[in-house]
Amino acid sequence: MPNDSAYAAPAATHAASRPLVEVSMLEKRYGDSGPPVFSDVSFTIQPGEFVCLIGHSGCGKSSILNILAGLEQPSGGTVIMDGHEITRPGLERGVVFQGHALLPWLSAVQNVAFAVRSRFPTLSRAEIREKAEYYLHLVGLRSALDKKPAELSGGMRQRVGIARAFSTQPRMLLMDEPFGALDALTRGLIQEELLQICARTQQTVFMITHDVDEAILLADRVLLMSNGPDARLAESIDNPLPRTRTRESMHHETGFYDLRNHLVDFLVRRSALVSKGEH
Amino acid sequence: MISAESRRAFFLFLALFAGLLLVWQLSTASAPPRSPYGIPQGNAEYQMLMGHTPGTTRTREGFPGPARFAASALQALHAPFHDNGPSDRGIGWQVGASLLRVAIGYGLAVVVAVPFGFLIGLHPVIRRAVDPFIQILRPISPLAWMPLALYTIRNPEGCGIFVIFICSLWPIVLNTAFGVGSVRREWLNVARTLEVSWTRRVLFVLLPAAAPTIITGMRIGLGIAWLAIVAAEMLVGSSGIGYFVWNQWNNLSLSNVLLAVLLIGFTGMVLDGALAALQRSVTYAE
Ligand SMILES: Nc1ncnc2c1ncn2[C@@H]1O[C@H](COP(=O)(O)OP(=O)(O)OP(=O)(O)O)[C@@H](O)[C@H]1O
Ligand SMILES: [Mg+2]
Repeated sequence: MPNDSAYAAPAATHAASRPLVEVSMLEKRYGDSGPPVFSDVSFTIQPGEFVCLIGHSGCGKSSILNILAGLEQPSGGTVIMDGHEITRPGLERGVVFQGHALLPWLSAVQNVAFAVRSRFPTLSRAEIREKAEYYLHLVGLRSALDKKPAELSGGMRQRVGIARAFSTQPRMLLMDEPFGALDALTRGLIQEELLQICARTQQTVFMITHDVDEAILLADRVLLMSNGPDARLAESIDNPLPRTRTRESMHHETGFYDLRNHLVDFLVRRSALVSKGEH
Repeated sequence: MISAESRRAFFLFLALFAGLLLVWQLSTASAPPRSPYGIPQGNAEYQMLMGHTPGTTRTREGFPGPARFAASALQALHAPFHDNGPSDRGIGWQVGASLLRVAIGYGLAVVVAVPFGFLIGLHPVIRRAVDPFIQILRPISPLAWMPLALYTIRNPEGCGIFVIFICSLWPIVLNTAFGVGSVRREWLNVARTLEVSWTRRVLFVLLPAAAPTIITGMRIGLGIAWLAIVAAEMLVGSSGIGYFVWNQWNNLSLSNVLLAVLLIGFTGMVLDGALAALQRSVTYAE
């Protein structure tokens, strides 16, 4: 058992720079009666940071992400990005949806082109196509560009969804369990591609996941949510592993098992205690 | 390659068709000729009135058999567009006249119904406000509008077009509203996160998403329109396939009536087939 408090300390390393996003006292309730889904959720996201949010099903992770995206309104609290409160969706935040959400009547490249045209309305048709293909290549999709989503495999669809989100060059990328429906092999491949792209482009990412190993591989910081109803943000944990970690090598890094045990222990044991006020 | 199943289906179709012709042939060959007014030809008084004395050879033809029908159909289809005044025009000309009315009335209905359907599909308040009107107007038989249309429009041509318009409107409105209202939320969320303009959202998200449902409504509407135009032309027309049927009935030309009936069915099939092809081209797999 690692020492809990060593990880539970707030992130000190990023405290110096000005955060890109400041979430404070966020609360969400559906309907007037009953406890809120979550309350008292506060955290910040630094520019270039990769933040993962972990928690049990139903604790309100998607709700938080949708509020950050501007698709839902909070019942209380605020989200400030670059000094402006987020009240509606915007192109500076790219979203990768839980169920890919590609438009089924458009081909892969048309789906991305739709986003490119929204972001760069003055580009010519050829330039838009070129940009769309560039982002599809970026996520490792080189063939099947003109196929419809129904004709693509699950992994290809998710790649298109990620390419679409990247193609608008958002300040922040929001991803809701982007790899949840994929097999382990495909997931590993796309995770590594994502890691490379994010490192290269200094992309700020807020991502929801159920997978502890995925969080350790991708995240600079892991946020842990306690169980709902009335869930809280229980811990914020900096990832001590070097940023050069890969899927194959990361379990040889010192601190990997301590971190992993800490996260798993939170999910199986402490997440339930927090909501009962015993933490 | 033709699959074994479709080959079997084709042979079964041929067998059914041959059986149908046989039944037709047998039933028309043996049946005693009947007056079109329902009086048995054996009625002696009637025969006297018609100028036949019993025992003379039959001069009146009954229901045409397949051979006679084919001959007269060939003759009618030989010059389908001849025009010797309103009571003697080719059958192609008549079908064309009906199609033109349908094109105008139905075209107007589509132009009105699709935007209206979008409006009520996107705004639940409007939908609930107009729903009672739609529910009452929708089940009205097209022909029930006829007297009101005649009184207010006064022009038979306009009446036919109005009847087509009013009866094909509702299925298109309802299907469009349903299709637009049930567009997947996540597709709309994609459009929102991309800050897509209103026009692009309507044209490139809502319209393609709802297109299969809208075209289902258009197919239903066109089917009703084609049913209604025949009936309307029987009542008030001076042209059109419905008028032709009625006119040939009055001429006691059952062959031509039969030909027109088959042509109505065939044209309806072609119209629906065209929309079905359009529907296939916009249908997407999720
Ligand atoms: N539109 C809604 N109306 C009412 N309740 C809702 C709505 N959306 C979510 N909820 C409730 O809010 C809670 C949190 O939902 P949310 O989708 O945010 O969970 P989650 O943490 O993303 O779960 P999962 O990991 O299964 O995706 C759930 O209990 C759910 O029942
Ligand atoms: Mg979720």
